[in-house]
Parts: sequence; structure tokens; C-alpha cells
Amino acid sequence: MWRQVFALIVKELLAVLRDQKSRMVLIGPPLIQLMIFGYAATFDLNQVPMAIYNKDHSAPSRELVARFEGAPTFHRVATLTQSQSLDALIDSRKVAMVLVIDERFTHDLLTHQSARVQVIVDGRNSNTAMLIAGYSNIILNDFSQSWGSSHGAAPIPAVLDLRARYNPTLSSQWFIVPGIVALLTQVVTLLVVGLSVARERETGTFDQLLVTPMRPIDILLGKGFPGLLIGILEASVIIGAAVGWFDIPLRGGFIALYLGLFLFVIAVTGIGLMISSLVLTQQQALLGVFLFMVPSIILSGFATPIENMPDWLQTLTAINPMRYILVIVRSVFLEGATLSTLQAQYFPMALIALFTLTAAGWLFRKRTN
Amino acid sequence: MNSLSLQRIRGLLRKEFLQIWRDPSALAIAFVLPAALLLLFGYGVSLDARKVDLALVVQTPSPLASSFTSQFADSPYFISHPYSSIQAAEHDMTARTVKGIVWLPSDFSRRARSRGQAPIAVIVNGVDANNARLIEGYVQQVWGTWLTAQIRHSPPLLSVQTLIRFNPSVNSRNYLVPGLIAVIMTLTGALLTALVIAREWERGTMEALIVTRVYIHEILLAKLVPYFVLGMGGMAASVALAVGLFEVPLRGSFWVLATASALFMLTALGMGLLISSFARNQFVAGQIAIIVTFLPAFILSGFVFDIHSMPDMVQFVTHIVAARYLVAILQSVFLAGDVWSVILPNGAALLVMAVIFLGLARAMARKRLD
Repeated sequence: MWRQVFALIVKELLAVLRDQKSRMVLIGPPLIQLMIFGYAATFDLNQVPMAIYNKDHSAPSRELVARFEGAPTFHRVATLTQSQSLDALIDSRKVAMVLVIDERFTHDLLTHQSARVQVIVDGRNSNTAMLIAGYSNIILNDFSQSWGSSHGAAPIPAVLDLRARYNPTLSSQWFIVPGIVALLTQVVTLLVVGLSVARERETGTFDQLLVTPMRPIDILLGKGFPGLLIGILEASVIIGAAVGWFDIPLRGGFIALYLGLFLFVIAVTGIGLMISSLVLTQQQALLGVFLFMVPSIILSGFATPIENMPDWLQTLTAINPMRYILVIVRSVFLEGATLSTLQAQYFPMALIALFTLTAAGWLFRKRTN
Repeated sequence: MNSLSLQRIRGLLRKEFLQIWRDPSALAIAFVLPAALLLLFGYGVSLDARKVDLALVVQTPSPLASSFTSQFADSPYFISHPYSSIQAAEHDMTARTVKGIVWLPSDFSRRARSRGQAPIAVIVNGVDANNARLIEGYVQQVWGTWLTAQIRHSPPLLSVQTLIRFNPSVNSRNYLVPGLIAVIMTLTGALLTALVIAREWERGTMEALIVTRVYIHEILLAKLVPYFVLGMGGMAASVALAVGLFEVPLRGSFWVLATASALFMLTALGMGLLISSFARNQFVAGQIAIIVTFLPAFILSGFVFDIHSMPDMVQFVTHIVAARYLVAILQSVFLAGDVWSVILPNGAALLVMAVIFLGLARAMARKRLD
């Protein structure tokens, strides 16, 4: 019996790998996606176009302007001499921020009367707006501290010393690229498994498979295993690219990482088999995969934190295997997490895997009998 | 080839509408997925950190220290958890129960009162870099408020006023939901069209249509109209939901939105037609449509990620992503109003792209018949 299952597995692998179209799907698109996401999906601010409207023309205000011009976050594209053009610049998105320095800036600084500075930010992208406001505050605080200490002002009681653990430069790429390992593993596994039964249904060979002495469970094993194998392989290639090409530190061990990937791929294989047993054509399978994938990515914490979602939605994410694998991959990469700190992630994923496989087996038997 | 017969087109249109209506998978892409996306983005997805679990480590309690920590209790951004040792807080950060630590060392009050500039260590978990930066920003706000209260006798050197234009409450939903319309229209315009027409080529029904007495431009027109109607319907429904349910302000005019969306829809349909005539196979057409239309609409359009921050090479590529121009118009018309300096150049770009893609699709269709 095992020989039959093994033969079916070999046949499935050949069916996927021999077909030029399927091969292309496994290699080309994932790499394109890795590059697009790896480079384009960034929340880091770089060279934000800004304008400066300095109504005060003396040394202290020029020093403040120089601090903004010297910061890699900002790029001065305009210098205003009157306030009318300010609105037009922001409205047309030529600049994302305008720094306005009051005409009494130096006078107020010297007479200890709180020199006035305005930071006007384009809020059409609220996330960027918050980050711009945060960066500006850092520059303004630094200025006020260094000016104060060199001009004999009373020192402020406390200063902040900001440090980021695990990702000291707070690079978005370190967050996104390990996430892509999970994302692409899910996409590829779902496509391979989801389409496998549908393809045979469409060409009519599925009936031939049913009249062989194999039981439905054997067929299920034969259909599921190639997805598992290809999913783990795909994950390994992307992990290699993350370390070798994007220079993301891999601080944890392979066992913690691959145990997670293994459970995840099993869970996803189960989902793929469920889709596969419900649909009749490849197009339906493709759409089924797509319909599952889009919400599962949005509700996984891939780009936006789960903690920011409303409570009922957070509860719903508990059944999403991608939620757990994202934590595992990111913490093994960046935090060097171990098996014991990740228990809370492995356990629910194993439960989900058990459930999806059982459900797939049940659906499969129901549809074949 | 110049004659258009209304009767023939009416017949073809009827067929197309029936075909969409009877195909559950087409309905799923046209209605279920857009609705799910809107609800998820409207209710679920938010980039604004709220209620961040924060460890407050106070090693030596003092009135000064508690005046600082009590600021966090009042902040809507944090749920503060008191700790007396940094080790316990670090342990919980490793276990991911707290996202950040604010640490007042044992000599905090003494240093603050004698020499000043006592360091307060702020340690955030940097794995989610964007979230970490927002948390740092919130801690700075709290610190700034506390500082102003502390040195009331001598005013601070700078008084900084930060004005966030167009979205003063800095709500990420207000910028995500308008941009989503571009993604939804890409789904119906490019993905669905590409899949459905590829299926006709695959099954041979396209050839069957061609040998009948209809002209190729009549077939194309009959293919375009139903999906155009679907896409514009999706747009109208999305605008209604955005304004009615999610309370996103619509400061510009609906007609500007509708015109820009119509131009974009034509571009998307052109891409869908082009993909289907290249691929001629549903599986490949679906893959290509996802890679060249859906993903770019998500990632390269400025919908979530700011285009300015991307590497130059990637920024250059975004110029050929039609969704980029629509997203720019959508975000401005919703949040800022009818800003013509944004609408006109982006609208012109959409018009050019629509002409190019529809023209290419037309040329491809003619070539295939020779």
C-alpha cells in the first residue's frame, strides 16, 4: 500500500515539475514578489520632500534649518519667502512637510520666551504624517538641548535615551522580508495542493484514480505530500535569499524555524486539500485559493499589527495559521527565539493542522463516495 | 469594419451579462472579495498603534518618578504595567507580553534634581519597525507634556506646533479606505476580465464567436461594457460605504472621483484584455494578472507604502503602474478636496495609459485573427 502512495507522490511531483507553466509559477512569480516586497514595501522615511519658510534670518534659525537639511530623512526642495505658496505646495504634494520659523525666533530664544516653530504635515498618508512629526520632534529636541546647554539655560530634568531591541536601525526590510518567507510558502503550497485535484477532475483522470485499489485516504496522502515538500523547499530558498541577498540576521536555530514551517505547511496543505475537494475546475480552485489568501494575509499581522485590530477581529485571527508562523519566523530571525519561547505558537498551529487535515479527509471521502 | 450594429451588440451584451450572473466565481471576484476587503480595511486594519502594552520600570519610587509615570496612565496610546526591576521587564519583553520598556534608573530623581538631564531609557521591541517608531513617537509626546509641566517656572526654549493637514485625527483608515477603491477596481477590471476571456480562448468559444457575423470591435465592446459597469458599480458602492459606514470625509466632488475612476477602469480593462490575449490560458492569465496588476496596485501605488520612500529604481517603475495615479487622486479628493494640481497631471497620465492599453488590446485582437 505504501508503495502505491509513494508512486502517486512521485507522479504528482512529476506532474507539477514537468509542466512548464506550473514550473514557472513556482519559480518566477515568488522571486518577483520577493523583490517587489523586499524593496518597495517599506515604512522607512527617506528623503521626504520638505519646504522651509524661515521668517527669521539669523544664526540660530539657520542652524536649525541646517539640522533639517543635514538629516537623511528630509530633503529640502523649496524655500518659501511668503506664506501664500505654502498651501499650494502641500496641496499639490510637492512637499510633505513645511517647517515654519517665526520671525521673532532668535529674539524669543535669547529672551527665554519659547521661540515658536510650526511643523505643517500633509496628513493624506497618516502613517507617514506621524513618522514625519516624530522625526521633526527629535531634531527640534536635539536643537533645543544643544542650544540650551551652550547658552547657559537651566538643564531640563530628564532626557530620553531611545533604543530598539533586535532591530537597532528600525529597518522595515528586517520586518517585511522574514514575513515574505511565510507569505510565499503559503501561496506556493496552496497553489500546488489546491490545483492538483482540480486538474485531474478537469481532465477526467480523477475517475481513473478512483477505480484503482487505493483508498481515498491514500489518494489524499499522495496529493498532500508533494505540496508539503515543495512548500518546505520554497521556504528554504527564500530563507536563503533573506540571509544571502537582503542580509537579514538569522539569530535563532534551524530546528525552531523548521518545526514551525513544517506545522504551517501541513496546516496549509489541509486548507489546499479542502479547497481542492470542493471545486470542480482549475479556475474555481484558483479563485478559492485567492479568496482564502487575501483575508488570511490581511489578518495575519504581515503589514499591520494584530493588536491594532478590534477585539472581535483579533479573536478571529486565532484560526489563521499565518498569524503564528509570522511570529515564529520573525522571532527566530531577529530575536533568536528558541523552541521553548515559541511553544504558544506551535501548539495552536498543530491544532489547526489536525483540524484542516481531518476536515479535508472528510470532505474528500464525501465527494468521492 | 466601420459599421456597428446595435442589434448585434445588444445580443452580445445579453450573453456577457448572463455569463457573469451565472458564474459563481465571477460573482465572487466582483462582489464578495471587494466587500470583504472593504470591511477588513474599514474595521480591521489600522497602522495606528493604540493600547500598547508598556512596562514602566521604577527602581526607586519618588514623587518625581510617579509624576512621570502617571502621564502614561492618562495616555490613550498605552496600557502601562508597573515593574520594580529591569530584569523582570526584559523577561516579559522577550516573552512578547510587553512591546516596550520605559526605565527610570535608581538614581533618576537625584540626578534630575541635581544636575538635570537624567537619562530615561526607552527600549522598544524593534521587530515591527514601523510600530516601534510610532511607539517611540508617543513616548516622546508623553515626555514633552511632562517636561512642560515640570519646568513651568521657566518656559521651554521652543514651542513647537505640529499641524497635520487634511487628517487631524491621524486616522489610518481615512487614507487606506479611499486607496482601496483602486485595488477593488483592479480586481474586476484586470483580474476578472483576464480570467474570463482567457477561458473563452481556452474553450474555443472565442473562435466560435469570431466566425459568426460580428465584427471584432463589436466583440471587444460587448466584453468591455459589462465589466466597466461592474467596476463602476463597485466604485460607487465603495464610496458609499466609505462615507456612510466608515465616516471617511469626502471633501472633493463625486464627479471628479467618477471621471478619474472611469479612466482607470478603461486602463484596467485594457490590461485585462491584453493579458488574456497573450496568455490564452486561465491559469497563466490569472498568475500574470496578479503579478502585473493586483500586487502593484497593492504595493507600488502609494496605497499603503509611501512612494517617496522607495529606492529610486522602484520609484521609477511605479510610473507605469496605473493604480498610482488613481490612488493619488483618490486620497486627495477624499481628504483634501478638488486639488487640480493633483487631479490634472494624474488624470492626464490615466488618459494616456487608457489609450495605450486599449489601443494595444485592439491591435492584438486584430492580429490574432489574421
